[in-house]
Amino acid sequence: MHNFEFIRPPDLATTITAAAQSKTAQQGADVRFMAGGTTLIDLMKLNVETPARVIDINRLPLDKIEATSDGGLKIGATVRNSDLAHHPTVRRDYSALSQAILDGASAQIRNMATIAGNLLQRTRCVYFRDTAMPCNKREPGTGCPAITGSNRTLAILGTSEHCIATNPSDMCVAMAALEATIHVQGPKSSRAVPFGEFHLLPGNTPQRETVLEPGDLVMHVTLPPPVAGSRQVYLKLRDRASYEFALASAAVVITVSGGKVTRARVALGGVGTKPWRSPEAEAVLTGRPANDANFRKAAEAALRDAKPQSENGFKIELAKRCLTHALRTALTS
Amino acid sequence: MKALARREFLEKSLKTGGAFGIATSGFTGQRSEAGEAVMPATDGASEVAVTLRINGKDHQLRLDPRTTLLDCIRETVALTGTRKGCDHGQCGACTVHVNGRRVLSCLNLALMHDGNEITTIEGLGTPEALHPMQAVFFACDAYQCGYCTSGQIMSAVALMKEPCGPDDAAVKELMSGNICRCGAYANIVAAIQQVRQRA
Repeated sequence: MHNFEFIRPPDLATTITAAAQSKTAQQGADVRFMAGGTTLIDLMKLNVETPARVIDINRLPLDKIEATSDGGLKIGATVRNSDLAHHPTVRRDYSALSQAILDGASAQIRNMATIAGNLLQRTRCVYFRDTAMPCNKREPGTGCPAITGSNRTLAILGTSEHCIATNPSDMCVAMAALEATIHVQGPKSSRAVPFGEFHLLPGNTPQRETVLEPGDLVMHVTLPPPVAGSRQVYLKLRDRASYEFALASAAVVITVSGGKVTRARVALGGVGTKPWRSPEAEAVLTGRPANDANFRKAAEAALRDAKPQSENGFKIELAKRCLTHALRTALTS
Repeated sequence: MKALARREFLEKSLKTGGAFGIATSGFTGQRSEAGEAVMPATDGASEVAVTLRINGKDHQLRLDPRTTLLDCIRETVALTGTRKGCDHGQCGACTVHVNGRRVLSCLNLALMHDGNEITTIEGLGTPEALHPMQAVFFACDAYQCGYCTSGQIMSAVALMKEPCGPDDAAVKELMSGNICRCGAYANIVAAIQQVRQRA
């Protein structure tokens, strides 16, 4: 691990000013916020991340879960994953989110990892994590050996010729379907970023993963009020039953009235370069009878643009069955 | 004659010039003012003063910022019951409690924990008065080589205070972050269920 200066500014303003000195807030940032440490310390040990300055944000007042005036929920950046998953309001009104978090990592990591850290979770692509290998995300312009190499767990949606790394988060998939908003405080102003606009597709710049700029601090995430009568499911498929990343997962939030789907929100995990909301599946579902045939049509629509890599073609059918089964489970839940 | 622990043997061998004929580098058994063993500094200029409360005792330390909580516990404070397995948050051998919750000490910087209450396996029980979870692991033969055991026990003790269903499957799910390469899982689950049934 490279040496660094460890600082703990007394307040938000000093924290943001210190971070604003970084040349980038993306891969290779020279100033990094540290919350749970579960991703960052791991990558620092691998020399994938080599910040000169680490800012401890664990003592900032960002650890509350509160009801919002409109009936939604405000989740502080440093709320621990386990605390959010077990929160009574989340279990009752946002069960897909609770389930997604509990399906991820281990109990110890969920006790450490924060909500903002989970938003910024990095890919598990083996080439990204190994500094002996080329990687366009880690070192732009060096190439992507995953495209012709070990890619069984990598993405089939949102890839580019420069990067096929999967976003590994479960929590983000549920937040995409629940239409969360991410609230960011920058050096000059604050802004609210709709969930679907927060993560970027790799395109020609896979080193840029989010819209965050130097000094931007994720303050909290808000969830809109729960939709009356909606049913939610998070379903995760993986190589072993626990403590494993998704090969495919689906978060669904659907409302059914008189046998028809009146509202649908669908997102997929384990298959996209970012948490993958599927407006295509939502369009197929909305206004049609809630039955297996239409669920399968929705899954076909969600995966229509999927591009298999050399080792992960199985993910296309797996993701279709995952989404179909999640919808079926939601209907009967 | 009192039997020497492996670590004590290595320390003494290194200090006296090396039983294996190697130089006295590495862990040379330096002592801080308070008497604890101190890891040789790699870069004295960047060391940071910190007070860590471990098993109810305050330790005033000077640490390289890179020092993980795990390395601090094992090498600086010389509490070697906490194990280093993968050092990347994948095996659970380094599990300790921070303010009563289980965490992985390998993915934490020691400097993040001033003011926190840290508990290691040494703070749970003593050879004369084992913690009930330690006693039941012994009774159930819930280990083979023992390398993962302190992490398993720290996880199991924390699990007692977490939401967990009554059946074995729920226990397995919540213990999945602790890998046992000997495969003693069946007896580990049995041990934990015994303690839960008594509680």
